[in-house]
Amino acid sequence: MEWYLPVIWTAVIGAAVALYVILDGFDLGIGILFPFAKEDKERDQMIASIAPFWDGNETWLVLGGGGLWVAFPKAYAVIMPALYLPVIVMLLGLIFRGVAFEFRTVADTSKKYWTFAFAAGSTLAAFCQGLILGGLIQGIKVENGAFAGGAFDFATPFALLCALGVVAGYALLGACWLVMKTEGAVAERAREHAKLLLVAVLAFMAIVSLWTPLQFTRIRARWFSAPNILFLWPVPLITALTALMAWRWLDQGRDIRPFFAAIVLFMLGYAGLAISVFPYLVPYSVTIWDAAAAPASQIFMLLGTLPLLPIILTYTGFVYYLFRGKVREGESYH
Amino acid sequence: MPLDPVLLARIQFGFTISFHIIFPSFTIGLAAYIATLLAVWVRTGQERYQLLARFWTKIFAVSFGMGVVSGIVLSYQFGTNWSRFSVVTGNVIGPAIGYEVLTAFFLEATFLGVLLFAWNRVPPWLLMLSAAIVAVGTATSAFWILSANSWMQTPTGHEVRDGIAYPLDWLAIIFNPSFPYRLAHMLTAAYLTTAFVVLAVGARYLVAGRHEEHGRTMLRMAVGMIAVLAPLQLFFGDQHGLNTLKYQPIKVAAMEAHWDGSKPGDFHIFAWPDGKNEINRFEISIPRGASLILTHDPNGLFPGLKSVPPDQRPPVVPVFFAFRIMVGIGLLMIAIGLTGAFLWWRGKLFETRWYLQIVQHGWPLGFIAVLCGWVTTEVGRQPWIVHGILRTADAISPVSAASVLATLVMFVVVYGIVFSMGLYYINRLIVRGPQGHAVDSPGGVPGRPLSSAHDAAREAMQPGG
Repeated sequence: MEWYLPVIWTAVIGAAVALYVILDGFDLGIGILFPFAKEDKERDQMIASIAPFWDGNETWLVLGGGGLWVAFPKAYAVIMPALYLPVIVMLLGLIFRGVAFEFRTVADTSKKYWTFAFAAGSTLAAFCQGLILGGLIQGIKVENGAFAGGAFDFATPFALLCALGVVAGYALLGACWLVMKTEGAVAERAREHAKLLLVAVLAFMAIVSLWTPLQFTRIRARWFSAPNILFLWPVPLITALTALMAWRWLDQGRDIRPFFAAIVLFMLGYAGLAISVFPYLVPYSVTIWDAAAAPASQIFMLLGTLPLLPIILTYTGFVYYLFRGKVREGESYH
Repeated sequence: MPLDPVLLARIQFGFTISFHIIFPSFTIGLAAYIATLLAVWVRTGQERYQLLARFWTKIFAVSFGMGVVSGIVLSYQFGTNWSRFSVVTGNVIGPAIGYEVLTAFFLEATFLGVLLFAWNRVPPWLLMLSAAIVAVGTATSAFWILSANSWMQTPTGHEVRDGIAYPLDWLAIIFNPSFPYRLAHMLTAAYLTTAFVVLAVGARYLVAGRHEEHGRTMLRMAVGMIAVLAPLQLFFGDQHGLNTLKYQPIKVAAMEAHWDGSKPGDFHIFAWPDGKNEINRFEISIPRGASLILTHDPNGLFPGLKSVPPDQRPPVVPVFFAFRIMVGIGLLMIAIGLTGAFLWWRGKLFETRWYLQIVQHGWPLGFIAVLCGWVTTEVGRQPWIVHGILRTADAISPVSAASVLATLVMFVVVYGIVFSMGLYYINRLIVRGPQGHAVDSPGGVPGRPLSSAHDAAREAMQPGG
């Protein structure tokens, strides 16, 4: 029990983070694409396509953070101080873009400022999430179970690369979402953006895939030693195939498939990173077993999580179903 | 001057949580109010209830948005600023936060989307159900977070090994001794806060002679609510105080600025507690008043501040004054509620201009009382972050004071902009008032021509419609 409970919790939190990245990814992506819209009417249409969902999407971030505290308090207590600045700046970005949904509709003359706040806040939040990702992969300095580094340890060229990659990735998800959920000029432009972003995302994935094994011996050993390489070589191949299919579907004028291809692409990248760092929660010093909460606490929380998560997914699915179909031009807020 | 990281972390957390609590205090009650309005609409088919529900839903959306984003901050601040606290208490109160997310946050966030955007997609009963689910979600969230907070005040059901708390009995942890009182006190406070906002808006419309029918509906509902809840809150508060006396007597001593436990306590209407000399200056007191309230006996004794060394006492001045302001507002609320009920009984509620003119300015009362109540209980818990287990000074993260200061400044700037604009927009929605026509939902209230329903739906989807 002491052995597998942390594994189950890693799966649960990993799933929560994956859902967050996909779901808030596309609505943050809409914010990143905001500056490229031609007029306010288009931005209204873009925001209308995500307005009923964004709040639920962001709740997965709370589950990710809260879940990390519940299941792995010792990891939570190292990661948050270590990535203090990007975490807090991310939260401030989320504040600006979160309130902008409502403020844009009730504002008259100040609407343009909230349009800017939505775009800038979304981009900043995505950028900081990329810094957090990079900061984790490159490792955190830990002494006696506590963070022992400096405030700017996270700020490296590698973290910057990850940050730009996440911004491009979320924008790709957002563009594919618009292809799926909107019509007219917005959808057409999104299709063009999606192609450009697909190329950019692939480039970022390739650079990270080459950079990490070169810089981090552990990651090199994980991927390229036998027998791992026998199991792992399909990962980059499937990634390339998925990207190719996404491109073709975008080209053929498909509406729905590109979005799901983008999700698969994201999940492959996510799986790749998970393979690189497992079993560390705080790379490369605290494993999932080191960080685990008391078994009694993990069990108590699991007993509720196992029935509640399917219920949450069901009603989340219901709401997506309720707001199915395309948002038409000129159709806007409540 | 060297920066004190503990003080900075406390200021930062105090700042962000004070801003946050304003919104749940309002939206917990408002969700229930909107659900009630929709229920009345579904039952009676009267258009004005639907218009009122839609009006308040817009205000709810703006407030809830600010509550959500300021709440996400808190779930990360436990780690960023209080990492030692996270490790020491994570096993025990972490699950309360986890259950809050799973049983409350997802419900609220998801069904709010239905309530806000599905007016032309779902039947009325489903709108009403969504509002009810949001209301239940907000109250459930209060349940878990107050359980966690109460455990920090009156920890039970755990054991401490190597400085870290481990769970022994989950029911004892969740239903710790101060939790039922705190929950009743806070939920009632939230419903009162909302009722005073609704009262003020209704009175404002009647004074201005605009939206008078809506104004009368709001006034009636709010006065009824306040006349019942405000006196009830006095009872809950008293019980909560007695519970605090039992488990955290030094907090009560600070609330009453009671230094010497060997004598009965006076109730100080005003005083300036002087911690250095352990006396009060400028006292205006009711002799033995505090003993009467706390022990129900004018000669009753309760512990004084001097019964513990100075380093185990909370700061007396903020606790003493915050408590007084809260109680003062509570008594004022009772007066407003009972006066309103009396006027209503005499059939003069809508014509008594002096009453309307006063209560239209009463919207901040609940918020101030809630903030003062939290200052009382949280500052009163000092120097502990978890009573008897962990001192606040030992709970912080290994983060430089400069980082905490820099982010504190960012929080102040961002919250200053965002929340003052939010308040401005809410005021503008109120000035605009309930507008437009009722919307027919699919399968909705029968008997209206479909074309007008279609127009109304179109109109409802315009910004500000």
